[in-house]
Amino acid sequence: MTLFQKVWDDHVVVAETPQIPAILYIDLHIVHEVTTPQAFSVLRELGLPVRRPDLTLATLDHSTPTTPVSSFEDLLVAGESAANQVRQMEQNCVEFGVELLGYGSGQRGIVHVIGPELGATQPGKTIVCGDSHSSTHGAFGALAFGIGTTEVGHVLATQSLLQRKPKTFEVNIAGKLPAGVTAKDLVLAVIGKIGVNGGTGHVIEYRGEAIRAMNMESRMTICNMSIEAGARAGMIAPDETTFEYLKGRPRAPKGAAWDAAVKRWSQLRTDDGAIFDKSVTLDAGELQPMVTFGTNPGMVVAINDPIPQGNDVSFRKALDYMQVESGKPMTCNAVDIVFVGSCTNGRISDIEEAARILEGRKIAAGVRMLVVPGSELVKKEAEKRGLDKIITAAGAEWREAGCSMCIAMNGDIVKPGQLSVSTSNRNFEGRQGIGARTVLASPATAAASAIAGFVADPRKYS
Amino acid sequence: MKSVKRVQGRTVVLPTRDIDTDQIIAARFLTTTSKEGLGEYAFYDLRYNEDGSEKPEFALNQAAARDCTILVGGNNFGCGSSREHAPWALLDYGFEAVISSQIADIFRNNALKNGLLAIVIDSSNHEWLMANPGTECVIDVEEGTITIPGKRSIEFTMDGFARHCLLEGIDQLGFLQQQSSAIEAFEEKRNWKP
Ligand code: SF4
Repeated sequence: MTLFQKVWDDHVVVAETPQIPAILYIDLHIVHEVTTPQAFSVLRELGLPVRRPDLTLATLDHSTPTTPVSSFEDLLVAGESAANQVRQMEQNCVEFGVELLGYGSGQRGIVHVIGPELGATQPGKTIVCGDSHSSTHGAFGALAFGIGTTEVGHVLATQSLLQRKPKTFEVNIAGKLPAGVTAKDLVLAVIGKIGVNGGTGHVIEYRGEAIRAMNMESRMTICNMSIEAGARAGMIAPDETTFEYLKGRPRAPKGAAWDAAVKRWSQLRTDDGAIFDKSVTLDAGELQPMVTFGTNPGMVVAINDPIPQGNDVSFRKALDYMQVESGKPMTCNAVDIVFVGSCTNGRISDIEEAARILEGRKIAAGVRMLVVPGSELVKKEAEKRGLDKIITAAGAEWREAGCSMCIAMNGDIVKPGQLSVSTSNRNFEGRQGIGARTVLASPATAAASAIAGFVADPRKYS
Repeated sequence: MKSVKRVQGRTVVLPTRDIDTDQIIAARFLTTTSKEGLGEYAFYDLRYNEDGSEKPEFALNQAAARDCTILVGGNNFGCGSSREHAPWALLDYGFEAVISSQIADIFRNNALKNGLLAIVIDSSNHEWLMANPGTECVIDVEEGTITIPGKRSIEFTMDGFARHCLLEGIDQLGFLQQQSSAIEAFEEKRNWKP
């Protein structure tokens, strides 16, 4: 059996038939202000309670300003409707008895950053959230996927979902990542290889030597972007690295329960000889730092390679929008904005990676760089390590936790026509603001680009 | 959900592939707490210039496209964010069906749960529809056919449960609630607790 199959089987309440999908039990539901108000309204209309508030975790991330907030007025920085959405979430949580890790909790942050860091994300769980990057939690061997708001209502009311069983897709990463090449580069290369629709209908399991050698934060970066290949979820089998990461986290099991959990979690791997519906292998040893050149995360190129040729309407439209040319490397492009943050690369190791490159240097004149920690705990840890000082000394801005410029809902936006090197996960047209031109990259590449003033190879700065 | 058995209308074609939900409705319109009135924002940045004037070249702004109810998009329609605001916006705009050769999982799920037909067809029929905007179609959910009078009939498959819910106007939350004893039994009998 595959890892996916084991976790799936463990949560089937009613088995699927050709007529009716399976009813799948959900162990952890993470909710936030953007994709839940309409779901809470449905519960209110029907007079239903939240069935398992104890399995529901709420936070505020998308519509929150990255400037300090101590009153409602401070929330208005992100706009009036954004502020109202935050307030509505606070009220919904009170009304339905859901624990909110909001302002004043010291634990607020991006949904996919706080689940793991608090130890709520655990191997073998089913985890959902009204946000497609829920795939992040799969790094722990959980089955985690994004759902729509109607389904958020289903989980709030019944702790279950109607689901057809997806197919399985093995992505095997052989070899070792070369020095200066990171998990972000690897996952961009994977999406470039299988395409933005390559994973549709499938759950990916990442396997192989390069994955086993990675720490948890890198594994999260990989699983996070599974959705950008169209996959329903991404998973990595738990191992010592996983257990080591979880041990002692506030919501991880303790004492005898910990030992029992580790024993159970140790079974969660794909058995030898198990069959996947699809399989692909990549050699990590051949990889370079990667950047995107187009308007989806599959349009990627190695940092010093020329942008490929392409002739169809979509390809030409993307290059026109990005104002880049086939045949030239991305390093020809001047940079206006650099964003380090998001659920892909807003954890402590990402901030550290960017800070090490910024250390003792200054960002180029005319470049604006924002470093936004993924959570309040990440922020605190970074400050403890003095990274904030390095970042601000280089001329970059050190902000409060949230999604920020990844989705540009909170007032942090890229202006029309500006080129942004961003550690987030989507370079769609207008994602970071109307007319924003987004280049996805690793934290190291982002920091190097801020210093150079052009899209830059981070290996020159390490 | 209201029952959807049949959709009749003309097509409008968006010729690009990988149309993501950020294009369908940009994030800055997601600070709403309601589902209503999002049609105004559908494809906003493709429909309008910065000064608020219409972009005359965009497909939806053509005079002939104004009352079209069927959207034909390039391969991998609806990829990206899970925002259900995307089907809400398309429905509110006036679309009743989206057709492509591939539709992203979450978008398709969200669309069907709101009564927006999300239909995947084979690539040769898809290419024909892409090349023939303004085609009059009749979509029959029960039969699984798109009929183009005098031209062709295209078959499509849809998950049986999704089809049943569309035809009968079944709300899936109600269905799940009826399973509450099975859900309770599951919580009781599982040998580890989340
Ligand atoms: S950081 Fe970006 S991708 Fe991640 S949850 Fe926030 S908006 Fe979504």
